[in-house]
Amino acid sequence: MKDLLNRWLDGEFDAFERMPELQEGYDISLDRKHELERSAAERIESLPQTRQIAEKERKAFHLWYVIAAFACCLTLALVFLYMTAHITAYGRENPRAEAIADRYIERGTEETGAVNAVAGMILDYRAFDTLGESHVLFTALVVVMLMLKLDETNTRKDREDYYRVRFEKYYPTDKDPILRLAGTLQGSFILLFGIYILLNGHLGPGGGFSGGAVLGTGLIILASSLGDADIDHFLTEKRFRVFTASALIFYILAKGYVFFSGANGLDNHIPKGTPGAILSAGLILPLDIAVGVIVACTMFGFYSLFRRGGIGGDETDD
Amino acid sequence: MELIEICRILLLVLLLGCVIGVNLARSLLQSVLVFMAYSSVMCVLWILMESPDLAITEAAVGAGVSGMLFLLTLKKLREIDRKGGEKS
Repeated sequence: MKDLLNRWLDGEFDAFERMPELQEGYDISLDRKHELERSAAERIESLPQTRQIAEKERKAFHLWYVIAAFACCLTLALVFLYMTAHITAYGRENPRAEAIADRYIERGTEETGAVNAVAGMILDYRAFDTLGESHVLFTALVVVMLMLKLDETNTRKDREDYYRVRFEKYYPTDKDPILRLAGTLQGSFILLFGIYILLNGHLGPGGGFSGGAVLGTGLIILASSLGDADIDHFLTEKRFRVFTASALIFYILAKGYVFFSGANGLDNHIPKGTPGAILSAGLILPLDIAVGVIVACTMFGFYSLFRRGGIGGDETDD
Repeated sequence: MELIEICRILLLVLLLGCVIGVNLARSLLQSVLVFMAYSSVMCVLWILMESPDLAITEAAVGAGVSGMLFLLTLKKLREIDRKGGEKS
């Protein structure tokens, strides 16, 4: 028994030697075969030598892991520091760079109508970049959905996660009154704060991305403390798709109109309003809301897909 | 030295500590928690650098959503068992 492990590692000893061979005509069920395989593997695993070797490997791997992580981080940090040291010099080679920054600061409010210069920049001067960012989020959501979504086509009906996760809901958090109350209080105020940030983007710090992220966090808190049923009732998968797609399409159409008219030297007839009022800054507020809806849906969709492999309730429930 | 400078240096030291701690943590769960702490410190630093826009985003995404996604991934990898404790 003492040299069993070493002999097994050297290949002399067969851990599965007692397992009955499957012969033609000899009927042994597959479950029995798997059970025997498992018990042999467990016998090897429970030997003290195995544990020692496993512990040694774990320690060696941990050491190597720490060293590799440090090396990667140091290399990346050096590369980034080198790049940052040179990027300003590279920018100064362009004579118009300083003029653009000055113009954003000096005439930003006048030209975009937004008091918050950052919002004016990312949603007016540089709105095309923000459109690309929204599409990056949307694509990430689509990829996560492709990889993690569980339905009848990629699970085995009798034993896999689909029915356990989607129907039995094996974390019944909605039974805990303390969690429920704390989640309701926190989640509602976080949602309110998210809406405030979203609508206040052109007047102060905030805007589409941060407001949407806060909204998504609030939805996650509500979903994890109140149980999934309440959120499923409100955010079904169909509504989720409609929200995300319509926000993206609205962004494309609204901004495409402005780009098209601006490129042809036409006036776009969108009122700028008084800088500082809530309904001002032209298209910035609606675009903020569109970006916020996309970001909030993406964050909550990530959470929901990672947790139980689907958004909203089952489609047959609708 | 002004108080704000001392606060800034303390926060930077804490940030470095978090960065090193993420690598040195014994389990992946601890790494994730230290990473969330890193994001919170970074959020305060963004405010000190006068960019509250980024601070809000960092607090919501860095400390909130991405930490949550890491925890859910750990759960999928069975690093945390069902009762919420850490697997030995």
